[in-house]
Amino acid sequence: MQFRNHRLKNGLEIVAECNDQAHSLAVGFFVRTGARDENDSITGVSHFLEHMAFKGTPLRSADDVNRAFDEMGAHHNAFTSEESTVYFAAILPEMQPASVELLADLMRPSLRKEDFDTEKEVIIEEIRMYEDQPPYRADDILKARYFKEHPLSRSVLGTVASIQGLSVGQMQDYFADRYGPDNIFVAAAGRVDFDRLIEQVTGLCDHWPAVHARRETPPAPAHRGFESIHRASSSQQYILQMAAAPASADKDRFAAKLVATILGDDSGSRMYWDLVDSGIAEQASLGHSEYQGAGLFYAWSCCAPDRANSVLASIHAIYQAAEESGITQQELAQAKSKVKARVVLGSERPRNRLFSVGGNWLSCREYRSVADDLQDIENVTLDEVHELLAKYPLSINTTLTIGPSRDIRPVPSTAQIA
Amino acid sequence: MKRFCPPLAFLTPRTGETPVTPTIFTHIFDNGLALVAEPSEGAESAAFTFLVPAGCSYDPPNRAGLAGLVCEMTIRGCGTRDSRSFVHDLEILGVERGESVGIALASYSGATIHDHLAEALDIYADLLRRPRLPADQLEASRQVCLLELASIDDDPVHKLMLELRRQHYPDPWGRNSHGNVDTLNQITIGDITRFHASQFQPNGTIVGVAGKIEWPAVVDQIGELFGDWEPVKGMALETTENIECVRHLEMPSNQTQIGIAYSSVPYRHPDYFQAWGAVGVLGGGMSARLFTEVRERRGLCYSVQASLNTQRDRAAVLCYAGTTSDRAQETLDVLHQELVRLGQGIRADELSRLKARIKSSLIMQQESSSARSGAIAHEWYHLGRARTLDEISRLVDNLSAESINAFLAAHPPKDFTVLTMGPEPLELPRAVS
Repeated sequence: MQFRNHRLKNGLEIVAECNDQAHSLAVGFFVRTGARDENDSITGVSHFLEHMAFKGTPLRSADDVNRAFDEMGAHHNAFTSEESTVYFAAILPEMQPASVELLADLMRPSLRKEDFDTEKEVIIEEIRMYEDQPPYRADDILKARYFKEHPLSRSVLGTVASIQGLSVGQMQDYFADRYGPDNIFVAAAGRVDFDRLIEQVTGLCDHWPAVHARRETPPAPAHRGFESIHRASSSQQYILQMAAAPASADKDRFAAKLVATILGDDSGSRMYWDLVDSGIAEQASLGHSEYQGAGLFYAWSCCAPDRANSVLASIHAIYQAAEESGITQQELAQAKSKVKARVVLGSERPRNRLFSVGGNWLSCREYRSVADDLQDIENVTLDEVHELLAKYPLSINTTLTIGPSRDIRPVPSTAQIA
Repeated sequence: MKRFCPPLAFLTPRTGETPVTPTIFTHIFDNGLALVAEPSEGAESAAFTFLVPAGCSYDPPNRAGLAGLVCEMTIRGCGTRDSRSFVHDLEILGVERGESVGIALASYSGATIHDHLAEALDIYADLLRRPRLPADQLEASRQVCLLELASIDDDPVHKLMLELRRQHYPDPWGRNSHGNVDTLNQITIGDITRFHASQFQPNGTIVGVAGKIEWPAVVDQIGELFGDWEPVKGMALETTENIECVRHLEMPSNQTQIGIAYSSVPYRHPDYFQAWGAVGVLGGGMSARLFTEVRERRGLCYSVQASLNTQRDRAAVLCYAGTTSDRAQETLDVLHQELVRLGQGIRADELSRLKARIKSSLIMQQESSSARSGAIAHEWYHLGRARTLDEISRLVDNLSAESINAFLAAHPPKDFTVLTMGPEPLELPRAVS
């Protein structure tokens, strides 16, 4: 396993974790752009643009793009988040050159008006699909309530109205502002021919003009809030909570992952024993999401509507007990075993390593090996976990519920509507 | 104890560009339990899958959901461990585990770092043979199952596809393992212990193990743990004759969900790979016909797919699309048109793209111990043997447009089961039953 990196004259960086023992490799173009870089007039444009990259380039039609990926046997896709748009392919080693050429071509899409109009319908279908599924886009509503004016408050998908209102010209302008070599990097993992990768990316991308894109990464202060949305057609009540947590470059993010595991992993955690094992809630979990400049603890639960108040009270009691009485050495050891095993098991597939290598480069311009992650997890002490709980109290959170119940009360009762 | 050595399939290791395909070892114990294992040099993990003949097809009709409730009860303590120490000990070993209940089988799987495999298998022997099935946890377990059942109502795609299977397959093969509220509420602790006693048994149980493992150690340990497990006579299948069929389920949603099913050939049929190839041309990859015609050309939906769902003795192609209600009729018409067109044959270029995807999938499957332990166990279930990835790869190589078209001429998509769900029913295309 060897880390290698290279930077082109125009600023485009190439990073790779090369593993000669792997059967395959994964390669991706990571664009440092997402919902947090949008404004009200272009809400949803990053994700829409990701779809448009597959609709053709000066060299290829949309059919050509789809056929080319399939011909190389690629497992390919793309995704857009709050802070990145990633295009990737998992392929066999002999397909490295073909997949890099195709992915690089996608980074220069034609953005044709007629394709834009057809794809707009697909995006709207995607939004409507999520509107029909739990939590009925309440996650977007909660993000807006929690982050308020912060750039991370923005929806990745946008709304039917914001997508309908977008013009192809706005997308072209956004593309010109964000898709430059100084705002994109190439990451690869697995059986990578790195010298060939440098040679090829240089030939394909060194003429791309720089864009000097900027991003604001302010902190996001914690605050209490509560809202309940009535949705008669839902059979269950869904409870979502957000609270402050370490950001992607914070050293205490490993302690945060362990806290989330101890309190809210989907098996063996305090929420699991109190709520799921007992059959009170169908799900109850806590996770940690990290962004540049801000992080989130994100709790999710669903239960029968008439149980929602007691579930909310139980979750709050779990937070309070952790903050006041701490956690045990045994819980910490169990969580470390679990998280470390997941890191090792997840690292076997090159495509998983791609997202780890790319994710670290995106947020910190740092390479972290599997061993680095295992060491940092192991090094977390009980004191550090308790300091984290004091610094990022889960009991100060913004709560949103959605479902058929009209009788959901905030816990603690002093929480105000945000 | 009898041993089948040397292994069923042995390939001389090769060097060079193509990674070596591992060897598969098998052993059948006197009590009927089958062990299938595939060591992999490059892995750091080891994974296991237990397939137990305890699927929901064995549920008595007035106890629908029993297999699922038994599965939930088995993870609430076993042997010397109560439910907390069961979970705790597995988590200290770093075992990522999962349980599921299907039509014929219940599956218990886990993966961990290789040097913890032996201890994990010890715990799973307790789980399968000596679960505590604690009566004082029946109500909590029942609540878990009732909540899972309720969650389906909020998941339109899942709900549609469960109902499509129920209507397409003859009972008990289309059952939903979640059962229903009335039958779940009737299940007693006696039902649980009886089901466990008759279905959790070596005859029909398959163990798949893969990753960084030593075959002699694995076969010895499985022998010690399960060699004296007594086979018993399992429960008889009870079927319900009258399956109520509806064409449309009312739902106040934005989108209309469309499901279409038609019969195909199962995994152990000699023509399975022909059927698989045909479905791949229809719904595999972004250059496949459904994605191209329904989403890319017409922008009718975000999600459209087709897959071949195989049981041991029957199979069906299941197609799905979800779209805004005012465009649902067009989507159904285009879907139907593409299914009929598939019967007219495929082109060689479509097949060559599909082969490229399948072959890279097969090679990438070797990078996951979990995927391999499940795959070899299921191979054994379907075939009574487990093929290496090289053997499967050769079967894929042998596919041709001519062979698939001959299959399609003999088995054109027809006799469709169509189900829609949304605010308004749709008009069925002609020739749709």
